[in-house]
Amino acid sequence: MEDLFAARSQMALSLGFHIIFACIGMVMPFFMATSHFKYLKTGNSLYKDLTKAWSKGVAIFFVTGAVSGTMLSFELGLLWPEFMLHAGPIFGMPFSLEGTAFFIEAIALGFFLYGWGKFKPWFHWFTGVVVGVSGLASGILVVAANGWMNSPSGFDYVDGKFLNIDPIAAMFNDAWFTQALHMTLAAFTATGFAVAGIHAYMILKGQNQEFHRKAFTIALVFGAVAALLQPISGDISAKDIAVRQPAKLAAMEAHFETSKSAPLIIGGIPDEEAKEVNYAIEIPGALSFLAHGDFDAEVIGLDQFPEEHHPPVAVVHYAFQIMVGLGMMLVGLSLLYFISLWKKKNWQVQRWFLWLFVVATPLGFIALEAGWTVTEVGRQPWIIYEIMLTKDAVTPIPGIKYSFFIFTAIYVSLAAIVSFLLYRQIKAVPASLKENSNVSIDY
Amino acid sequence: MLYVVIIFLFLSILLYVILGGADFGAGILEIFTPASFRDELRNTTYKTIGPIWEANHMWLIIAIVILFVGFPPIYTTLSVHLHIPLALMLIGIIGRGTAFVFRHYDAYQDEMQKVYNFIFTYSSFITPFFLGLIFGAAVGGQIDPEADGFYEAYIQPWFNLFSVAVAIFTVAICGFLASVFLVGEAKKHEVKNVVVGKAKLFILFTVLAGGLVFAASIIDDVPLVGLILTEWITLVTLVLATLAIALLWVKLGEGNTILVRFLSGFVVTAILLAFGYHYFPDLIITKSGENLSVFNSAAIGKPIDTLAWALLIGSLFILPSLFYLLYSFQGNKEVEEIV
Ligand code: HDD
Ligand code: HEM
Ligand code: HEM
Repeated sequence: MEDLFAARSQMALSLGFHIIFACIGMVMPFFMATSHFKYLKTGNSLYKDLTKAWSKGVAIFFVTGAVSGTMLSFELGLLWPEFMLHAGPIFGMPFSLEGTAFFIEAIALGFFLYGWGKFKPWFHWFTGVVVGVSGLASGILVVAANGWMNSPSGFDYVDGKFLNIDPIAAMFNDAWFTQALHMTLAAFTATGFAVAGIHAYMILKGQNQEFHRKAFTIALVFGAVAALLQPISGDISAKDIAVRQPAKLAAMEAHFETSKSAPLIIGGIPDEEAKEVNYAIEIPGALSFLAHGDFDAEVIGLDQFPEEHHPPVAVVHYAFQIMVGLGMMLVGLSLLYFISLWKKKNWQVQRWFLWLFVVATPLGFIALEAGWTVTEVGRQPWIIYEIMLTKDAVTPIPGIKYSFFIFTAIYVSLAAIVSFLLYRQIKAVPASLKENSNVSIDY
Repeated sequence: MLYVVIIFLFLSILLYVILGGADFGAGILEIFTPASFRDELRNTTYKTIGPIWEANHMWLIIAIVILFVGFPPIYTTLSVHLHIPLALMLIGIIGRGTAFVFRHYDAYQDEMQKVYNFIFTYSSFITPFFLGLIFGAAVGGQIDPEADGFYEAYIQPWFNLFSVAVAIFTVAICGFLASVFLVGEAKKHEVKNVVVGKAKLFILFTVLAGGLVFAASIIDDVPLVGLILTEWITLVTLVLATLAIALLWVKLGEGNTILVRFLSGFVVTAILLAFGYHYFPDLIITKSGENLSVFNSAAIGKPIDTLAWALLIGSLFILPSLFYLLYSFQGNKEVEEIV
């Protein structure tokens, strides 16, 4: 394994791992706060149990998110010292603000987890909301840092030197808003469907029906609203990229040659040698419309870029298809859910309906990882778009593959332990709710 | 504004060593505690550090962010030449953080607890060990940015007696902080005796390890002793630290929690201040003598200025809520019931 490839794989693995925990850590507090709110309003103790059950999950995820994030802040240097040497002072602003956001989040979580019965109920509730808001803020801030890598700004690049650095301008780079919006929605979609799926499964198993139903509803309402907004925000992102990073858009769409009224290519197998796509469905003019809002517009293809600056087309194209495909499936499920809320109440107790959501449990997260693959692999071979190549940034220390193997082993075992814990948390719920377990719904 | 950033850097390292150190120390203590007493210790630890442990861990992140935003050459030089101990420290951090939470949030208390405890205690040991190793290596003068051999560039900088001595000293400090801290928490008489005994043991250990650092510096030709003897500020601070330890030894059993904790914090602060003063402004001592200092490595101008503002504004938010958190969980009733 080549060192550069090992370093990239380790970075991708660490981020791909972190993002799952980070998303759950920033979204679950909102579910918790909603349930807590309902408890305070209705006094129904099921909501209190739910809040507590979820808050245990949040604690587990928060910590895993925090340690994997700590690793990342070291890994940026361990793997990409040349990048950090120049980029650190420029894109550091979001990271230094993020420190504050994290800190507040950690403190608020301390209050929330250990505060039952210690504080006035609404103050206690408020600390839970603070956990969510500051988690969200930190997510948005890091994504702004990532946006800078896609759309560097806030400095003058003269003869290989970074001059006139302005960290604030760097933070508000051209990509930050579209990415942050899309990412936030993605976090809600992915977490909402994942949590709803787990509770749907528990309803199917016939345990604590009322409890799991309440959980299912809260999680799914968040997830479904976000999922419906996701394509809109994705379209904004695509239009933005068409201007900012045409090479990335071209790779996503496997669009090899610049052309007017470009077709949208769905599916297919890109052949990077022959510069064509086999077995694809083509919708004439649709790409021009999606990218520029005009069926005849010209869309820049990969032919406009020197070969050595092409991103890996196949990976980016597949990842994009996966994201959009799954996004559309989740839109469908969300519509189904809202129909069931307003018109077809009886669907909600049908097995097929619940099974659909069980099957959808991982889909949001798969879409999310695919989306990051689009963004990150689509930026290749650049680590800072059109400024610094990834291969020039990698650490000089040899043998990165061993580090990659060790960290892979660690991440795999952590993932296994977290799943195991979660499984036990969920299994333990009935035990703590014995007194309520006589409530049931007939199928 | 550069000085604001330097002060924050020093403070975050100091707080990480004191608060995080007490935290690691709690795990280290478990290794040295007989099985019959371990559960009591664990409960006490959990009740006292539970609410704030997550916040402790943040100081490290703040320090890292300050380094890479404000002093990138320092961050990258450490990352490149101390890659191996840094990676090992990371493994310790992961193991500790996760095991701590897992053992309290696992819905069942069964055999798995053994696994978590094992990970928790050993990673509590590994993390400060490598942290100390990194401190030692940074100022040990073995880092050579020009080196090309694998051993010279990536192993030698930290694989030496001096770095190992600093590592052991750091571990000792953690055990010392935790055991002194727990003395205040122990209410029952017999528990208290055990904890006081532990604390004395760790005081001895710290003093010995401190001697080891000086001995190692002589063997490894790190110009430390000679220089300290001629710098009166460093010397006085170290003497004060030693006196504080002696006083602590005497007062330990008397039940004045605040005094005892204050003294232990004072000892560690004085030691860090003495070394901070001694090396200032250098953070990395290189083989060639072209050291990396907080002046020649700083990203002067807007990066440092905005960083300073971000830190100042951040602390306006953080400090009051942190104090309120510590205050709210002071004198936790349950703690008294359990111990
Ligand atoms: C639940 C997850 C999810 C879903 C359903 C979608 N996306 Fe997405 N997408 C992401 C999760 C995501 C992401 C992981 O969050 C990314 C990576 C970087 C970013 O800002 O968001 C992303 C990136 C991303 C980008 C690249 C942005 C950039 O590099 O700046 C585009 C163009 C789209 N998406 C477009 C879409 C479209 C048209 C969708 C239609 C349904 C869609 N996404 C659904
Ligand atoms: C959390 C979501 C993210 C995921 C899943 C992700 C995924 C990836 C992937 C797949 C790669 C490898 C690309 C390749 O080698 O072809 C990569 C590289 C990288 N990413 Fe991201 N990324 C994420 C967010 C970020 C953020 C927020 C930052 C920094 C602020 C970042 C910094 C980097 C760096 C420095 C590299 C290595 C250089 C490179 O290959 O471009 N990533 N990431
Ligand atoms: C798009 C990518 C990312 C997102 C959305 C994200 C978001 C988050 C969130 C929400 C948390 C809080 C933990 C929780 O609530 O569970 C977190 C933790 C953390 N993240 Fe990330 N992060 C991303 C990438 C990164 C990168 C690239 C770094 C490294 C430089 C990083 C560093 C950290 C650190 C140090 C923590 C721990 C802070 C703590 O203790 O709470 N993150 N991240």
